[in-house]
Amino acid sequence: MITVLMIMSALNPTKFMKLVNFQSMAFQMPELGLLSMAMMITMLSGGINLSIIASSNLSGIITALVLIQYATPRAGSVEVALFILIAIAAGFAVSIVIGLANGLLIARVGVSPILATLGMMTFVNGLTIVTTRGYTLSGFPPSIAFIGNGIIAGIPMPLLIFIVCALLLSLVLNRMALGFNIYMTGSNWIATLFSGVNNAAVLIKTYLISGLLAGVSSLIMISRFNSAKSGYGEGYLLITILAAVLGGTSTTGGFGKVSGLVLALIILQIISSGLNLMGVSAFFTLSMWGVIIILVMAANFISAKYQLRQRKPIKTV
Amino acid sequence: MKRFLRYHEFYVLIVIIILAIIITSVNKQFFTLENFFDLLKSYSFLGILAVGVLIVLISGGIDISFTAMTSVAEYVMAIYIINLKGNILIAFLIAILVGLALGAFNATLIHFLRIPTIITTIATLNIYYGLLSFFSGGKWIYSLPNWFRDFSVIEVIKLVNKEGIRYGLSIVTIIWIFVLLLAFCILRYTTLGRSIYAMGGNRISAQRVGLNILRLQFFVYCFMGFLSGIAAVVHALLVMNVAPNAIVGKELDVIAAVVLGGANLAGGAGSLLGTILGVTLVALMSNGITLMRVSSLWYNVFIGLIIIVSVCMSAHQLKIKQSQRAVIDIE
Repeated sequence: MITVLMIMSALNPTKFMKLVNFQSMAFQMPELGLLSMAMMITMLSGGINLSIIASSNLSGIITALVLIQYATPRAGSVEVALFILIAIAAGFAVSIVIGLANGLLIARVGVSPILATLGMMTFVNGLTIVTTRGYTLSGFPPSIAFIGNGIIAGIPMPLLIFIVCALLLSLVLNRMALGFNIYMTGSNWIATLFSGVNNAAVLIKTYLISGLLAGVSSLIMISRFNSAKSGYGEGYLLITILAAVLGGTSTTGGFGKVSGLVLALIILQIISSGLNLMGVSAFFTLSMWGVIIILVMAANFISAKYQLRQRKPIKTV
Repeated sequence: MKRFLRYHEFYVLIVIIILAIIITSVNKQFFTLENFFDLLKSYSFLGILAVGVLIVLISGGIDISFTAMTSVAEYVMAIYIINLKGNILIAFLIAILVGLALGAFNATLIHFLRIPTIITTIATLNIYYGLLSFFSGGKWIYSLPNWFRDFSVIEVIKLVNKEGIRYGLSIVTIIWIFVLLLAFCILRYTTLGRSIYAMGGNRISAQRVGLNILRLQFFVYCFMGFLSGIAAVVHALLVMNVAPNAIVGKELDVIAAVVLGGANLAGGAGSLLGTILGVTLVALMSNGITLMRVSSLWYNVFIGLIIIVSVCMSAHQLKIKQSQRAVIDIE
């Protein structure tokens, strides 16, 4: 059904089937994609992470602060490279700390995920405003822009990062014990606990990975805009949930795949780019997304009902 | 005393009292009737929406689209009263009708398509808000009629402070109190209210007992729409202009206030008293930060910290309760 949707949306804007358009889509998708993955992994464990955008902004700002402070044009090229690495590491460290704090609140203290991450979101948002005083940070060394705007062998750099992260995440989810445990805690908490899994540790790791993914997305975000600011991408929050659900992730946890998410992201990106090129207002696109979620969920519901009906006669016989 | 310790509301009240003492010790201005009336006026908008969210949460669902419903109702109401005259009752009627229609649309999707409520309402939030911005072109409306302006300054109790400045209890607060009483009666004294608790507690048992889930779902989401309509007029009365993007984005603030007041996101629990306390807590935090002359840059940091601390407290409380229950289970 998802493939049908994709073919349909690909068929409609046939006029836009140009390489340039696809390349611009490939530049736009990865940020949202990484944030959606951060959202998805927590939804798999039965939770939700509302603080991804905020933590992504904060780690972007920290990276930017280090870059502006130390990686100045006066420094030698080796030093600049070194400081870029340090800046990236600092950004990741921040996002890991936020993820860890979320995990501890949820797993150890027992706060419900939506509340813990809501509080964390407000808190971290506050921190981003305090650190930047509301201004935009800019003036990075040119080499950092390569992460957001560079092209390697015809593939945009952000897309490359996205693909690597998606592969790693699906590796973790499908091939590692941790991934299996994440699915299990999401579908049945008590059964998982009784089968000897340390649920708390699984949850902490889940939110850690979620934070880390947000950190990676921050890197792409600041290098694409060549600046950092509090409040970038705030509208993404609900869209990440949309992408995850559209990709088949269950809101109650336990089900969902990275491949489904990637498909959903491609569909969303094609629709928004298509509508954008047709000159449709961005607000109209927003409401279209709402309609699409409902249509997809309705289709899911009807097909599930149909399958149930088909199964019934066999049961009664 | 021990009985009180078991209630979540008790802990919220303690936090509120501590906050009030801290704020008063920094700025005497806080503990005046004037500031109190002012708070009651400016937070009645949040308070009205919080009542609706509380009932949705009790029923086991969640509604995120209420901010969009309010915006749509507000816009339609403003256009109607500017172009077609009318009075304050008609303004309320129009806003409420729009709210009811949008709420009924939510309920239809939720009930007939069995879509999780959070997804449905995120979707309808985008639909309502997207279409509103699309058709209105994001234009602000300032030219509200004079009788509308006159209504907003009506004060029920009139007082004069030491410096001779007049203040009073605004009509807007009375609307909030009316909504609270209505919701209190519904939740406490009607079969409908008790059925909502039952449905939130355990939907399948509620169905087996013979409750009409369809009717309950429709009531809950339409009531949310109804209150969105009232809140729409109240918001217009408070700020005296109508902007399509003024309210959307505040949904998490309202939900946070309700949940701080002890409503359970899983449904079946929550009280009006708790919600009032939750709204009070949010009001105190932002009012206190202003009165204590803390830089507004730090505003979100404090709000976030207080949310985290208070949810930690209630989670800890729940954990103790559950561990006590677990012991009995094993025996």
